[in-house]
Amino acid sequence: MNFVPKMNRRSFLTTSAAAGGGLALSLTLPFLGPDIVRAADGSPEVNAWVVIRPDDTVVIRIARSEMGQGTLTGLAQLVAEELECDWSKVTTEYPTPATNVARKRIWGDYSTGGSRGIRTSHEYVRKGGAAARIMLVQAAAEGWKVPVSECTVSKGVITHKASNRTATYGSVAEAAAKIEPPKDIPLKDPKTWTIAGKPLKRLDTVDKTTGKMMYGMDVKLPGMLCAAIKDCPVFGNKLASYDDSKVKSMKGVRHVLKVGETAVAVVADTWWQAKVALDALPVTWTEGPNNKVSSETIAAWLKEGLDADQAFVGNEAGNAKEAIAKAHKKVEAVYAYPYQNHAPMEPMNATAVWTPDKCEVWTGTQNGEAALAVALEASGLPVTKCDVHKLMLGGGFGRRGRSDYVSQAVLIAKQIPGTPVKLIWSREEDMLHGTYHPIMQAKLTGALDEKGNLTGLHFRLSGQSILAAVFPANLQNGKDPLTFQGLSPSGEQAFGYDIPNLLIDHSMRNPHVPPGFWRGVNINQNTIFMECFMDELALAAGKDPLEFRRSVMGKYPKNLAVLNAVAEKIGWGTPAPKGVYRGLAQVKAFDSYVAGAAEISVDSGNKIKVHRIVAATDPGYAVNPAQIHRQVAGSFVYGLSALFYQEITIKDGRVVEENFDTYNSMRISEMPEVESIVVPSGGFWGGVGEPTIAVAAPAVLNAYFAATGKRIRSFPLKNHDISMA
Amino acid sequence: MVALTINGQSHNIDVDPTTPLLWVIREQAGLTGTKYGCGIAQCGACTVHIDGVATRSCSLPVSDAAGKKIVTIEGLADNGKLTKVQQAWVEHDVPQCGYCQCGMIMAVSALLAEMPKPTDKDIDDTITNICRCGTFQQVRAAIHAAANA
Ligand code: FES
Ligand code: FES
Repeated sequence: MNFVPKMNRRSFLTTSAAAGGGLALSLTLPFLGPDIVRAADGSPEVNAWVVIRPDDTVVIRIARSEMGQGTLTGLAQLVAEELECDWSKVTTEYPTPATNVARKRIWGDYSTGGSRGIRTSHEYVRKGGAAARIMLVQAAAEGWKVPVSECTVSKGVITHKASNRTATYGSVAEAAAKIEPPKDIPLKDPKTWTIAGKPLKRLDTVDKTTGKMMYGMDVKLPGMLCAAIKDCPVFGNKLASYDDSKVKSMKGVRHVLKVGETAVAVVADTWWQAKVALDALPVTWTEGPNNKVSSETIAAWLKEGLDADQAFVGNEAGNAKEAIAKAHKKVEAVYAYPYQNHAPMEPMNATAVWTPDKCEVWTGTQNGEAALAVALEASGLPVTKCDVHKLMLGGGFGRRGRSDYVSQAVLIAKQIPGTPVKLIWSREEDMLHGTYHPIMQAKLTGALDEKGNLTGLHFRLSGQSILAAVFPANLQNGKDPLTFQGLSPSGEQAFGYDIPNLLIDHSMRNPHVPPGFWRGVNINQNTIFMECFMDELALAAGKDPLEFRRSVMGKYPKNLAVLNAVAEKIGWGTPAPKGVYRGLAQVKAFDSYVAGAAEISVDSGNKIKVHRIVAATDPGYAVNPAQIHRQVAGSFVYGLSALFYQEITIKDGRVVEENFDTYNSMRISEMPEVESIVVPSGGFWGGVGEPTIAVAAPAVLNAYFAATGKRIRSFPLKNHDISMA
Repeated sequence: MVALTINGQSHNIDVDPTTPLLWVIREQAGLTGTKYGCGIAQCGACTVHIDGVATRSCSLPVSDAAGKKIVTIEGLADNGKLTKVQQAWVEHDVPQCGYCQCGMIMAVSALLAEMPKPTDKDIDDTITNICRCGTFQQVRAAIHAAANA
């Protein structure tokens, strides 16, 4: 594994995303003309997105991170579609974040979250592919001295029919790289797509089946040491003292180091040695008021918020309170959703090497630029002397959008100049230092008239704001608009019901437990609250849950279309198999419209077998339907694991659950048959990694009510002694 | 010193005998396809074969593996030719992040060696690996495909 610690203006540091290996290698090739920007191997960049090797291999640059969601393949499909290249010759690489900075952010945003990987970059990556195609064809035409309009291109081969000549992309790439980029770059009509929109296989699969794929955990550098770390378990408190005399002489141990104000690390020849020594290290922490916080005190505080006078209004129409006061029938319910940890399979880790001239980091991150910013701060070096090399993520789900582990790795490496250090968190450390799904309670009060029409709804949220902790600058006069995901008046997280008198508000309560973006973010609890309550209202109105929803969805035809699609496929309104019960749910999230319907049976009142889940997604455009199906099925594993099993509880200010024995995750035996319907209606670009996660839980909960008459309003279900069969 | 045979190669490794086999495979033998997920035999990411038996290597002291035949994910393919399980994995595009998949493939390979045509129930009873990305639907399809290949 090579790395060249100096960055040359013309050199191009990359990590190969598809191969996952072959870390940064930079070459300076002064003899190859001054105007062409070159990739690490000397091949010309036609533009920032496309490098073509002499053997016709097409290297597509990907700025967003691959963490299993298929973005790498989907983005490559979009570029390749416009490029008209041979898909079998496509490979990908990640330009490093510092290269992006040095090149004035030519690759745009690196952050990979909010199901945005494709939906917010599709246009400029397609233009990158189209511009490269235009330049390649022009280069061939100029070489042949024929008009561009007489040339055609297919699968990376340019043809001039009249003279019966052909040229491959590889043969004209050098010439194309010198051509002035086109200004007018028309894009194809998605209806004519042949690579994008198709259920192609992922580009990164084989290495994931042979053990070759390189994750952050797998980095090896010459002379590298390994570090294990303990950060103060009570959030907000600090490291007080440690006694390294007890561990210094243990085999392999090299250093015991303070990391920032809150953590201590042991650095050893191997990680196992470091971990054993860390476990033996006597450590004390400072104490403070947070030591007194527990799940009970947090719950009590949130409960007060359900009736508090002050609340931020997220969505309002008519006069909900008056409608409720005048209601023929009033329905009220209180729900509660817990803290949860992302628990990606690969615990957090980062490798760093620091000298006064250079700091380099190798890690899996959902945001290379944020990781770079953190590395800059921790290293004390300018951006010209720092870089981050992105590796495959063993899951992200939002957790790897925060770069605390990168900061720690650099702070450790800085204390051992010139020695690469790989910091690995134990699973326990990972569980104790998450950025947790925020905790939330809700009180919903609905008004029905004599005919059972829904005339008013007051939906009060009480709980934690992510933005207040993570991006306080994005609060709007104190309000966290993200809290209202799935409930907003308009936009990518719009509420999908037309209720004449509506008030959705949020009493913000921010405990000391750090919140973060957790796959689906606030649509998870908001959709459970809303969609379960819709069934409660339908029951009170004496109406069928589907009919009741339809009655307030007239203004939301796209929401209704996906709901109808799942209702039809699950057989709503037709008899279910004996002992099988159904439930459904819908939401708009991350600019996609999704609905889910579940079929379950219940044994002994508390063993739920989820037989089937039908899910429909309208993402506007479907870049890779096969990968969308996989994301949908996977989102249900994530969402149902959370529903049934997952809760982070707090005792004496710290997290109680430290591993999968107390924080369970679904296994294959519990997996329902997922039937995913993708119905792209065109005209907009929605995300797919997250939206459907929100509909699995309420669909199952509504089916559970249908089966048992019991309405569960607090989670996870294990607290009600309910498990999956 | 612990004498290990990994993927047919003998290693004499100077290591504390209580070290979990997982970390010796990763750190001393340098084979990083075997993953760390939990360290407490819950997730299966660290699964290897010991004398043909799928074993969670994070919870086995290396001394217990001495003298036995250890196979890791890197030892499955024969001269670069993928096994039928690996081929089925590629064919069904099973991995998402892929971090759990080496352990999953090791567990499935041991299952198929013992039960060439497992039923869904056999799969449910035997394959208890965690996959946080949720690839189970593809895993099941790929197991049946490999069994019928
Ligand atoms: S790491 Fe061994 S079972 Fe999880
Ligand atoms: S593929 Fe990511 S954990 Fe299984």
